[in-house]
Amino acid sequence: MKTLTYREAVREAMREEMRKNEYIFLMGQDVGPYGGEHRVSGDLHSEFGEWRVKDAPISEQGIIGCALGASITGCRAIAEIPFMDFIMLPMDQICNQIAKYLYTFGGQASVPLVIRTAMGGYIRAAEQHSQCLEAWFIHIPGLKVVIPSTPYDVKGLLKTAIRDNNPVIFVEHKYLYGMKGEIPEEEYTIPLGVADIKKEGNDVSVIATSYMVHKALNVANKLEKEGISVEVVDPRTLVPLDKETILKSVEKTSRAIIVHEAPLRGGIGGEIAAIIADEGFEYLDAPIKRIGAKDAPIPFPSVLEDFILPSEVGIEKTIKELL
Amino acid sequence: MNNIKLNKELILSLYETMLKIRLFEKTQERVFKTEQEGFTHVYTGEEAIAAGVCANLNKDDYITSTHRGHGHMIAKGGNMKKMMAELYGRLTGYCKGKSGSLHIADFSIGVLGANGIVGAGIPIATGAGYSIKLRGTSQVVACFFGDGAVTQGTFHEGVNMAAAWNLPVIYVIENNLYMVGTKTERVCKVCKNYAVKAQGYGMPGEDIDGNDVIEVYTATKKAVERARSGKGPALLNCMTYRHSTHFVGDLDVRDKQEIEYWKARDPIKRIEEKMLKEKIITEDKIKSCRDKIQGMVDEAVEFARKSPVPKPEVALEDVFVE
Repeated sequence: MKTLTYREAVREAMREEMRKNEYIFLMGQDVGPYGGEHRVSGDLHSEFGEWRVKDAPISEQGIIGCALGASITGCRAIAEIPFMDFIMLPMDQICNQIAKYLYTFGGQASVPLVIRTAMGGYIRAAEQHSQCLEAWFIHIPGLKVVIPSTPYDVKGLLKTAIRDNNPVIFVEHKYLYGMKGEIPEEEYTIPLGVADIKKEGNDVSVIATSYMVHKALNVANKLEKEGISVEVVDPRTLVPLDKETILKSVEKTSRAIIVHEAPLRGGIGGEIAAIIADEGFEYLDAPIKRIGAKDAPIPFPSVLEDFILPSEVGIEKTIKELL
Repeated sequence: MNNIKLNKELILSLYETMLKIRLFEKTQERVFKTEQEGFTHVYTGEEAIAAGVCANLNKDDYITSTHRGHGHMIAKGGNMKKMMAELYGRLTGYCKGKSGSLHIADFSIGVLGANGIVGAGIPIATGAGYSIKLRGTSQVVACFFGDGAVTQGTFHEGVNMAAAWNLPVIYVIENNLYMVGTKTERVCKVCKNYAVKAQGYGMPGEDIDGNDVIEVYTATKKAVERARSGKGPALLNCMTYRHSTHFVGDLDVRDKQEIEYWKARDPIKRIEEKMLKEKIITEDKIKSCRDKIQGMVDEAVEFARKSPVPKPEVALEDVFVE
């Protein structure tokens, strides 16, 4: 095993896949010699050169449209949108074009591309650099949505996403880039659609995504000392979603809390809660609870941002209320 | 009419392509009203552009197309039977009958899709150009869009990227003066001489008579040769006029005199007159050519009518691929 940061794990996944296939390229603002706005692409430009690690203008529709055009003509594009907030600019290309290309043309052309983007707050970046928009994309048929929480997961899932013949929205988290984790020396991949039990427990299932997995784990470790056994389930991919693992966990614990960083209203928590209610109602001994950001934009100073976003204190309180 | 001398076979072949489009579209207008669902946008009046541009392309060159895309498909060598079947929503259509008039594509001949979103094809064409550069082939891309697309952000972004990176893309504006029912000049200051915009991006641009197939052919030839030799993109602004309303059955608010003016400049009439004058063709040959092509179109209609309707479950196919 070796220790890598989440950022390095993303880079290593790209490097390994790009070495295997000369038609994979990375395109985005500042991904070249500068090394990426979050320093993710790093030295890839020096290894792969100008056409495989391409600095793009500040033209999100152009970047995503270009990635699409290249991906239907023999290449595999990895497009980087450094802040998920900016993904609103190319929404037509993503939702009307990329998501529907295979379908619209009767299966003639698949779209093997990955849009890597970084979501998330807790970094005092204010309203337009902090949002979590993953739920928007699960609503569009034709897109896969991946949301990894650890260096191990991000590497294995990104390699799979790059090899996938369908478009993948790959949602990284800015706060996680510096997080370290153990990664095998040898090559590995993680299939899409397989959730991971990050911590086993018996009293309550906390289904958490991305950075919230770590908050849930901190709470679970703390409560363990108080004799409360929390199971932390990380779906890892939202489309496809591993319903079975989630339902099995709820069957065991009889209680479910879903935690995401995005606003509560319209978030992925509603979808997961509905699945549990539809298919696992008889397992439940308590109402399903959802934790998300309060329904307001994300302000920048810590005193305000921390009030809006989910907290460990909040997760702990909800768990205790449910038991 | 342009005085450039092209060989007889080439002129006849351009004429035949234009005629295929015209007769396909006239037939489509008729059968659409009683036999098809949805909406259809026909290309009548603009045939010289698709024919003149695509005559310069190889089978493996790419095009991106628009909501008014039937002409592009035919000019690139599309199969009229599969096209008509798609318009009828039949399983044998290009898209299994799922997408109809707005979305015909044939990837086997480089047609990367007609598109229902105005201007959306522009960065996609740029991306196909990027792919050509990365894969190191000598292909080119022709990107068709209308004057209404030039006000989209995708135009600015896609064209700028192609210029910055010398991508082999020819951006072809089919400038028919109108968006849906509003003249583009009401919303855009520079909208007739778009070639000046090309200069701003650092690429050659030309304003041409889009109803003169020889002028379109010649201008495209130059742009394609330039692109193939690695010198980058070009912009062709082709002035034209659609004979139909925006979609078949739409309200026509255009000035009658304006319509008459442009119908007098009908691209097919003009090439026929030229060919007759230069004795490239006879009246009899024109008639036999029309009859032959109408027969092909009629066969396509028959094929569509007899083709199976998709089972409802087809609606769930192709959301994802393995």
